[in-house]
Amino acid sequence: MERKKKSLGFFFSRGYLLLVLLFIYLPIAYVVVFSFNSSKSLTNFTGFSLQWYENMFKDRTMLESIRTTVVVAVIATAVSTVIGTVTAIGLSKARPLIRAMVLETNNLPVLNPDIVTAIGMMLLFIVPGVQLSMTTLVIAHITFCTPYVILTIMPKLRQLDDNVAEAAMDLGASPFKALTKVILPQIYPAILSGALIAFSMSFDDFVISFFTAGVGINNISMYVYSMKRYNPSVNALSTLIVVVVTLILVLVNVIPHFRDKKIKREDPET
Amino acid sequence: MKSFFRMTYPYILWIALFVVAPMIMILLYAFTKDGGNRTLIFRFTLDNFIRFFQDPTFTKVLLTSLRIALITTVFCILIGYPAALIIANLPERLQTLMVLLLTLPMWINMLLKTYAWRGILNDFTLNSEIKVFIGMVYDFLPYMIIQIHTAIAKMDRDLLTAAYDLGANRWKTFLKVTLPLSVPGIISGITLVFLPAVSSFVIPKLLGGGDYVLIGNLIETFFISTGDWNFGSAISLVMALIIIASMWVTRKLDRNAQTE
Repeated sequence: MERKKKSLGFFFSRGYLLLVLLFIYLPIAYVVVFSFNSSKSLTNFTGFSLQWYENMFKDRTMLESIRTTVVVAVIATAVSTVIGTVTAIGLSKARPLIRAMVLETNNLPVLNPDIVTAIGMMLLFIVPGVQLSMTTLVIAHITFCTPYVILTIMPKLRQLDDNVAEAAMDLGASPFKALTKVILPQIYPAILSGALIAFSMSFDDFVISFFTAGVGINNISMYVYSMKRYNPSVNALSTLIVVVVTLILVLVNVIPHFRDKKIKREDPET
Repeated sequence: MKSFFRMTYPYILWIALFVVAPMIMILLYAFTKDGGNRTLIFRFTLDNFIRFFQDPTFTKVLLTSLRIALITTVFCILIGYPAALIIANLPERLQTLMVLLLTLPMWINMLLKTYAWRGILNDFTLNSEIKVFIGMVYDFLPYMIIQIHTAIAKMDRDLLTAAYDLGANRWKTFLKVTLPLSVPGIISGITLVFLPAVSSFVIPKLLGGGDYVLIGNLIETFFISTGDWNFGSAISLVMALIIIASMWVTRKLDRNAQTE
């Protein structure tokens, strides 16, 4: 009796999870399937074709938007990762009051609705007469990416033993050497995840880009937003992004797993 | 070690210019009147706010935004809580897999996912609000599940055993142990759902069609189409204040729940 009740609950709960997953993956399955559709229909799959992929590679504006997205994301990630890492390390040695003040301000772009950050930056640029351009777009992206890098690295820095860096300097290492040889290697994984978050924030951003990019500069989100009629080539683009994201996530989650296994095999003590 | 602090100077300068200054600009614009030609006239006025609260069209948009954000948050909790609870009781390997499966769609561009819903919902004759609601619950549900799951997974399992040993049944154990301990997860879930839902303007635009206007769309209109930046700034200030206030209330509720 007890066993029967349990198995009923088991099927019910697994079924529920499956339903939630189905809901979450429905649009993803939809774009993948309909990216291979042979007609423009949104609801009927009329046969297999690669025409939407061909269309995508023929569509100059769409390709240009992909290029803009990638260029902005790469620059914003590089700059925000460097500034974020340097700042986080500096803050970890700062007086508590100053640290709290900087972190509070750092939290503003995270807590503020995107649209508030966006119009604030737009006013900041336009009022003194700065033309919106690729540069203003990149500055805006660096501004909203860096807080996430800092928020990812700070907790890791708190776990570090201060004495190790002190010891290195007592033994004659310059502060710079202590930084690069002692601190950086220990927070390396946090820097990487910070960079990954920054890249994805920048890559997916719509609202802030929409208000800070110059005329004629579109990233993928802005391009999709500005389309008047439904364009199935977007499904082809989405499918490619789904494939890339899946590959990256699998790599990020599988590689450390294998490395851990290898370390365990080589050094059974740990 | 003190020399390390100097490493923060560039970023302090950066946020002063690109984070603090923009906020000051919004404040300035919200409390002044249009000087024409995009110049600021430094004459303090509350006209923008009075205009907003006196016009029923604007207050109606504000109430609609709050209503749909609230409904979205409630549904994310109702759908997400059981899911998080079930995941937390899975074997460890399956738990990791489930969290990964829930995280994956979060990395995919929100606009593209919303665009896909436009295709899926195309043939259904649903009213705009239902479509926007589906799009919002879809977009925010994974965040809610992950937050609640993290809170439940952190819980000390011995507490459950202790409750059973002391004679509590499953239902009572859930109500007295699991639920209170998962409240912090629900609270951070609410922060991640309600806050962006109130200000969302992409989902209503793509799924609701032109006739469905939320507060985010209103701000966009006054900045992009109408070019009335003073009024637009005032609206965003009102929205930001409402969001801050609701966060304050939620945190307060959380603290009360924890001290009980």
